[in-house]
Amino acid sequence: MRPVLPLAVALLLAAASLGAWAQKTAADGIAEYRAMLADGNPADLFEAKGEGLWKQARGPKNASLEKCDLGKGPGVIKGAFVELPRYFADTQRVQDMESRLLTCMETLQGFNAAEIAKTAFGRGEQVNMTALTAYISAESRGMSFNLPNNTVQEKTMYEVGKRLFFARSGTHDFSCSSCHGEDSKRIRLQDLPNLTKNPGAGSGFGAWPAYRVSNGQMWSMQLRLNDCYRQQRFPYPLFGSDATIALGMYLGVNGKGGESIAPAIKR
Amino acid sequence: MQKIYAYAAAGACLFLSACASVPSSAELDKLTAAIIKASFRDEALVKVDRLTQDDANRECSAADVAGKPIDEALRASIEAANMKAIKWPSDGKFIGDWREGEKIAQSGRGLTWTDDATQGNGGNCYNCHKIDQKEISYGTLGPSLHNYGKLRGITDPNSATAKPIVEYTWGKIWNAKAYNACSNMPRAGHAGILNEAQVRHVVGLLLDPKSPVNQ
Repeated sequence: MRPVLPLAVALLLAAASLGAWAQKTAADGIAEYRAMLADGNPADLFEAKGEGLWKQARGPKNASLEKCDLGKGPGVIKGAFVELPRYFADTQRVQDMESRLLTCMETLQGFNAAEIAKTAFGRGEQVNMTALTAYISAESRGMSFNLPNNTVQEKTMYEVGKRLFFARSGTHDFSCSSCHGEDSKRIRLQDLPNLTKNPGAGSGFGAWPAYRVSNGQMWSMQLRLNDCYRQQRFPYPLFGSDATIALGMYLGVNGKGGESIAPAIKR
Repeated sequence: MQKIYAYAAAGACLFLSACASVPSSAELDKLTAAIIKASFRDEALVKVDRLTQDDANRECSAADVAGKPIDEALRASIEAANMKAIKWPSDGKFIGDWREGEKIAQSGRGLTWTDDATQGNGGNCYNCHKIDQKEISYGTLGPSLHNYGKLRGITDPNSATAKPIVEYTWGKIWNAKAYNACSNMPRAGHAGILNEAQVRHVVGLLLDPKSPVNQ
């Protein structure tokens, strides 16, 4: 993915002046810098691309995704994102946005979902997957998270997600909770949302997919979770795996009522 | 199908429509274990065996899920086992070069699947602690360590009076769970994140009166 050049220049200038600010204003400075960047969020470009992909006939079956059921009926996009993950009777699984898109890409378009899941982020169909998530999430911008969480399967996945959130392991004994279990904490200068409750859960979960200025990339929630696990020194979470969906369920339910700002812009 | 079978074997009913209510806590633990097993793979130097929890991680995770502190007797036995596992300096030298310690404290590298195993690991210290006050980019997950030695009255770390603090500092960095079973702090020496020489340098950073930490 190519960073937008004027933005990169703006970032350098902002970063340079950031160093000059005193420590007490660092957080304010970062907020100001984010607000400045949000004026031209490159996520717009991914949304537009995603919309095109949604409507375009593609894959071995030469079909579009316009009949894809994201939980609110075939083809309904508006409001779908703020109710995911949720249980789908046809697959008998709780699915998040990405794993549900894989189902639609396989059943409607004839793609091989397992192959796409195995493809590295930023390659092949994964690039299209990211654009689709930007488009679908943008259609719920400003709406409140309201995962149904009313079937046994969903409630079970929430409980599994809670256990995953607190699971300490790896060389560093880290869990998600090591960094995201308390209010008002930081890693270096980076503020950490408390993901066990609102407002942290809503604003943290509700920001992804997001455009990351630091590497000029659009990241889906699957990639966000993947990189958390990398930094936790855990092994590699499989794309669309039940562990990632259960965590999404835990975060999304905790964030109920929070406003979706996805696709957001991040440091 | 294989995955569904594995979950069913774990005693859970995630995929069985016959299941009318959320499984019991014990069944959820089993299901979580099965889902973890099916959801991760090896990548570069990071293998799935990292998901195997020792007593401290298993019991502290369970306490976190329950939202309660760990049982007192369990806490004591976990701390005793971790205390016993501390490796004290082989040459009796506790204090290394604080300049090297500062570099180790600054570095967050090591042990992720994108790290190069030949590059050596950092201590990640500034991610969570204020240390040298000149470094304004510090985290707040752990307490401030600025003036760590000075506040504890350490003027000569090699003196007999300094010994308890010096040993505690080594022990805490080597294995934080020896002093607090459910500490959020990694066990730098115990887990092989830092080697003995690196731990010695970090102890020096905290306790050497000449270290900027104590200025």
